[in-house]
Parts: sequence; C-alpha cells; structure tokens
Amino acid sequence: MIAIIDYGVGNLFSLQASLEKIGAAAVLTSDKSAIRAADKIILPGVGAFEDASRRLFESGLAELIISETSSGKPILGICLGMQLLFDRSLEFGVHRGLGLIKGTVRPLSSILPAGLKIPQMGWNALSLNRPDCPIFKYSSDGEYVYFVHSFYGDCADESLAAVCEYGVPVTASVWNGSIYGCQFHPEKSGEVGLKILRAYSEL
Amino acid sequence: MITKRIIPCLDVKASRVVKGVNFMGLNDVSDPVSLAKYYSDCGADELVFYDITASAEGRRIFTDILTETAKNVFIPLTVGGGISSLSDFDRVLKCGADKVSVNSGAIDSPDIIEEAARLYGSQCVVLSVDAKRVGDNFHVFKNGGRIDTGLDAVEWIKKGEGLGAGEIVLNSMDADGVKTGFDLEMLDAVSNAVSIPVIASGGAGSREDFLKLFNTLPRVDAGLAASVFHFGEIKIRELKAYLAENGVNVRIA
Repeated sequence: MIAIIDYGVGNLFSLQASLEKIGAAAVLTSDKSAIRAADKIILPGVGAFEDASRRLFESGLAELIISETSSGKPILGICLGMQLLFDRSLEFGVHRGLGLIKGTVRPLSSILPAGLKIPQMGWNALSLNRPDCPIFKYSSDGEYVYFVHSFYGDCADESLAAVCEYGVPVTASVWNGSIYGCQFHPEKSGEVGLKILRAYSEL
Repeated sequence: MITKRIIPCLDVKASRVVKGVNFMGLNDVSDPVSLAKYYSDCGADELVFYDITASAEGRRIFTDILTETAKNVFIPLTVGGGISSLSDFDRVLKCGADKVSVNSGAIDSPDIIEEAARLYGSQCVVLSVDAKRVGDNFHVFKNGGRIDTGLDAVEWIKKGEGLGAGEIVLNSMDADGVKTGFDLEMLDAVSNAVSIPVIASGGAGSREDFLKLFNTLPRVDAGLAASVFHFGEIKIRELKAYLAENGVNVRIA
C-alpha cells in the first residue's frame, strides 16, 4: 500500500487515477497510523514551497516522514514534493525542507541563459545519469516527461538520477537510497510516466 | 530542450464532440473519452476540452465526461467554456482538469485571474483570448466572438500576465476557419509582449502551417487546432514526424 500524503497542496486526481490505472494500491491520507502502515510514501505537491513546508512541519507530518524513511521506507516526491525532500529552498526567502536529499532549491532564473521562458512548461527529454535507479527500471534515455516548474533542486552529482536540457542541464530526478524525487509529473507524462510509477510501486 | 506542443481542442456538447470527426479505426468517433485516448496515443501533447453546453444538466454531463477522460488519459488536460468563478475552477479541477481556461469571465471580472492563480498556482490559469483586427489594432472580443470589448489585445494579454495567468491561448478570429495558416502578425505582437507560454490558435489548414508558425515565431510554444485534426486532414503522428524532419523539436511518443 502506497500512502499519498494529503496535506492540502495541489490536485491529486491524476496521481490517484494513474496509480489506479497501473493497479497499485494507494490511499490519500494525512492519518499518521495509515502512513506508518503503508510500505511506501508518495509526497505530491504543487504551489509555493513556504506554505507546503509550513503545512508539513506544523502538522507533524514532516517529523513522521523523516522517521519513517530513516528506516528505509521508500518515498517518492513529485514536483514540489521533490523539492521538499531537499535541505532548504530559496523560494521567496529561506525555508526548510525535509533534509532527505542534500542540497538547496534555487530559482531557475539564476542559471538559465536569457530568452528561455520561466516556468519551464511542457515536455522535455530525460537524460538518465543513473539508469540503474530503480524507478527508471522500465525507462530509456531520451523519453519525454512533462514539467511545470520555476525552481530547481541543486544537489551533488551523486544524488542526481536524471536531468533535462533547458539551456543548461536541469535536475529532473534525484535518488539517494530509498529516497526518490521527480521534478516532472509522471502522472501527466503518458505511458512514460506510468512506467516510472509502476517501477516505484514494484519496489 | 523543451518541445513545441501540438494540442487538439475538443468542443463538447451533451456528451458528444461537436464538429464532425472522420477517423479510421474508431467505433464512436464522437465519444470524447475515446477521442481523447486516440489523440493521446497519437502523440498529442495536451488536450483542451471546451464545454459548449449551456444548461446545468449539460454541465453535469460534461464533468462526468471529463472525469472519465482524466481517469484514462495521462497527459495535461485543459478545460474551458463558461468559466466565470472560482467555484467553476474548483468544479473542473476536482474532475481531473490540470489547467482551466478563462475568456469572457476574465474580461468581465479580471480579479478571477489573480484569485485563481493565488489559490491554484499560475500554471493552472490559462487566459484564452479571441482577437480580431479593428482598424490598426487587435481588439478583444467576448461571448464567443460576438461582442467587441474595445480592449486592445496586446494590452489585455499583458495585463493578464501581470495578474498571474500562466499561459495564453491566442485565437485569431481573422484566421479562424480560413485554413490559410496561423495569424503570424497577431501572434508576433503578442508573443513579444509576454514571457509566459503562448499557444497559437486559428487558421491551421496544413502541416506546413505549423512548420511556418514555429520557424517564423520561435517564441510561440504550441499550436492548437480542432477540425483539421478531427476530420483527419492533419494526422498528429504525421505532423510531428514532418516537424521533426524539418528541425522543429517535438515529442515523438
């Protein structure tokens, strides 16, 4: 059973529908015992980092996620959910993240060459730095996934599972042990995205 | 690099796609769910569902169809048509829409753009604009192109961006239905005025029209069309292969 963390951020219809499509059992919940009982976690999220971070820490969900994942329970952060795995974000101030991936979330505007639109919105090709990353078990280099983001995760090379080229290489996926993150939306990336969710659900 | 997007638009009324369709291998060509799935399989990058029903009953059927589509098609879905309040946003987002397109509703009450962007994020708010040449300017029309608002299209679109719209759909009423190509002049004026993605709509009659659009106006991010796709005059898979052969970066699924 996958626990999709429900903390009032974003529209989870597609995520639930895609897990249902691939036959993965999932529950949308903020109930701590349900999250403890689940064998995997998905941390979704769309919107502002500060608000999301505050919701996680004030509800005690942050502490629970940190303790559950410290014993090796897998977590997949999607979009803002991936960024929340990092130590901190510089999105309108400095805000703390869960500290599960070493690094800082920074504005795309600080690295993109002039003329590229922000947010990066649309389909871009994955370049797999770590084809051995288990969530890419069914994926290939060059497959397209759907991005919508204005900030990016700046992390050490060893945590970088995939990048996409947007003027410069931009973090598309991170991986550290049982901690996984996708900047893109697998639930909006057609069959390519479903394969990634399937690989995660089969861990 | 991010790809140029190809977007079919489905006008839905009373559970059927309006505007005839002429596909091989589809049993019920006017069933929106089958058609959406077909387009997704052919490599469409997004889908736009346009609700052209007027009654409450029609609206309920529309949201049922949207839900059914969103359960089966995993590419971004934009919904437009009759969106005039935050409760309209809420209704379609709960049924699986990813983006919501506002047109006349935003002209009557521009605050809806700002409020929706704050609540759901800018990525969710698409400002759709019907524009037409009046004298030397491009005017914004509302109510399905029936009323000239007198607003200057470039100014209105800049205002929309400032209020928090995440994307623009520019439909040229001059080019719409003529099938002689996108309105490059109008699109040029708009795409240079904003930094958010611009989707070109109106005028596509051939695959060459899409090539010309993307080659001439690098700041245009996507091309949208309806009947040329529904009638099979342009097949999305062939269109994308053609664009790729000619150096346009597109997603080949």
